[in-house]
Amino acid sequence: METLQAIPLNHYILLSAALFSIGVMGVLLRRNAIIIFMCIELMLNAVNLLMVAFSAHHGDGKGQVFVFFIMAVAAAEVAVGLSILIMIHRNTNTTDIGFLNKLKF
Amino acid sequence: MKELIWLVPLLPLAGFLIVSLGKSYLSKNLSGIIASTMVLGSFLLALGIFFDISGSKEKSFTVNLFEWIATGDFKVNIAFLIDPLSAIMLLIITGVGFLIHLYSMGYMHDDEGYAKFFSYLNLFVFFMLLLVLGDNYLLMFAGWEGVGLASYLLIGFWFKNSSYNDAAKKAFIVNRIGDLGFILGIFLIYITFGSIQYSNVFSEALNLKESEPAIVAATLLLFIGAMGKSAQIPLYTWLPDAMAGPTPVSALIHAATMVTAGVYMIARSNILYSLSPETLQFVAIIGGVTAVFAASIGIFQNDIKKVLAYSTVSQLGYMFLALGVGAFTGGVFHLMTHAFFKALLFLGAGSVIHAMSGEQDIRKMGGLRKKIPVTFITFLIGTIAISGIPPFSGFFSKDEILAHAYEVSPFFWVLGVLGSMMTTFYMFRLLFVTFFGSFRGTEEQKHHLHESPKTMTIPLIVLAVLATIAGFAGIPDIMVHDGHWLESFLHPVFKGSEAFTHGHKMSHSMEWILMGATVLITVLMLLFAYTKFVKNNNVPAGDEKKQGFLPNLLANKYYVDELYNAIITKPLNALSGFTYKFMELKGVDFIVNGTGNAIVWISGVARRVQSGNTGFYIFAMVVSIIVILVINLFNK
Repeated sequence: METLQAIPLNHYILLSAALFSIGVMGVLLRRNAIIIFMCIELMLNAVNLLMVAFSAHHGDGKGQVFVFFIMAVAAAEVAVGLSILIMIHRNTNTTDIGFLNKLKF
Repeated sequence: MKELIWLVPLLPLAGFLIVSLGKSYLSKNLSGIIASTMVLGSFLLALGIFFDISGSKEKSFTVNLFEWIATGDFKVNIAFLIDPLSAIMLLIITGVGFLIHLYSMGYMHDDEGYAKFFSYLNLFVFFMLLLVLGDNYLLMFAGWEGVGLASYLLIGFWFKNSSYNDAAKKAFIVNRIGDLGFILGIFLIYITFGSIQYSNVFSEALNLKESEPAIVAATLLLFIGAMGKSAQIPLYTWLPDAMAGPTPVSALIHAATMVTAGVYMIARSNILYSLSPETLQFVAIIGGVTAVFAASIGIFQNDIKKVLAYSTVSQLGYMFLALGVGAFTGGVFHLMTHAFFKALLFLGAGSVIHAMSGEQDIRKMGGLRKKIPVTFITFLIGTIAISGIPPFSGFFSKDEILAHAYEVSPFFWVLGVLGSMMTTFYMFRLLFVTFFGSFRGTEEQKHHLHESPKTMTIPLIVLAVLATIAGFAGIPDIMVHDGHWLESFLHPVFKGSEAFTHGHKMSHSMEWILMGATVLITVLMLLFAYTKFVKNNNVPAGDEKKQGFLPNLLANKYYVDELYNAIITKPLNALSGFTYKFMELKGVDFIVNGTGNAIVWISGVARRVQSGNTGFYIFAMVVSIIVILVINLFNK
């Protein structure tokens, strides 16, 4: 607690914002589905970090409990997401989202 | 017996349901027998009720069955009013109705729609009974509409012939015009008196003074309804066309019962009408003019049923003339005798048509009196009765009407006598051309000529007896003192309006003179018809050979149908054609189709957004989220 509190809350917020922005930019700019997927995880964890930081700042444990839930759900989500990616790769031999354009007008 | 009143209309309704629902299970004869038995049952009950009424001191009963409508202050019950007027109407409807059911069993025997025909007839009898039994105007209106429906169904009974369908539609539509007036009249009565129950309305009405605008308007509106239903000028054109239906239908609905509903309605509302002398005068004028007008058309018709149809319109005019001059008893009296002799004449005509294998043109008949003697004799009795030759029934009722008309104004008497003259002429013309002379049909028809079966001749004989003796119910005072049984019987119904009758009593000698003059004129017309059609053996010429202006005008029914066609139907058609072309196609359709086309075009452009490019979707999502955040930020 002591060491945590030695770092001001602002730093956490900035770090989270940076992580989140990196995630967003990754999702927007990259075409590899796995990288996009990882960037989504990055955004998720930026939020997690923020939640933990505020939890510690307010001295309230609820945020941390919430983060555990998010992590558990995220794990499940990753399992589903990765299996979808594997199926895509099997069918198209690529993970480039540029090729996934069959669903259109 | 009075407690069983609900059975009277219920039996025909049950007959309708049984016969129409069991059409495919019941044998042909059985369905006819069921329908006839139901009406016979109603007749016997009505007879019991009639004797109950005439035997007891109390002359008016209301039997409350159940509540029908209740919203706020407005309450209507299904309640039946039994008084001398409805008792007489019950007897006429169920009695003549039963005879006509019996007759139809013979007449319709070879028709494929036999069961359907009887179910419709029963339905008609049910609604007609509802009409005369109801104790309020709304129940009367329900019956009024119901008989209109039954009439429509039966006129268009042979629906495969499209001109018959047109006749049915015409009857229905013309009646709608009248019904609009009728229902507006009911609204006005409710607004004025706060009730539509007869007993309340009539007792309230007596508190108002004579010629109150509300009463004048209400009675006029009700009379418009009567004009439609009872085929008076200007709404009579549907009745001659209604002859498209089977002949028993013409006898029951379009002569004996339904068309007299208007007469019943005015007789029932006699207090309202007496309070409004203006309306009464209007009724008398319409009735008198209709009597002459329709009779004059009848002179040149060559279709046996058309002659009788115009005769019916004319006789209904007589009834309205009677009501209009305040002779309510006379109106109901003529209604009764007319129901007998006109049903007889129609059934006789049906028997002739039956013998002639469907031929209705009297120019192709002739000399039938030897071949179908029962029909001839009964038809002769009917003709004598309608012409008003004593001592047959028509004489008494017609004489009473003419006497009262003279008391009010000699003008009405002249109208009545004119109508009576023409009636005698065209009826005897019909009789002589049909039954005298030599046969003018084809060999095949001549070979086929036969008297009708018993089920058809028995009703003819019964009706002939009634047409002969019914007049004795109303022997005028000058012949037998207190001989007018009907007047004393109906007195409780009409006593409320006696105070308002304005006519002055005429002397006995005057009445004898008028009576003698009428009979003399009638006999002269008979002789004229005899010399023209029997002695000189004239056969009416075809329509194309009509000479002179007047015969042409009359044979073409004064071109009234053509006139209505030109001033109402054509402009309406033109108007609907115009609204179709400009408002429907260029207005409504343009807006509706334009909306559809615009949406198709916009979505055609907008669907390009869905490119299938996942990166673009994500970009759109992120941009949208940012936009939402920014908006939220500024909305704080």
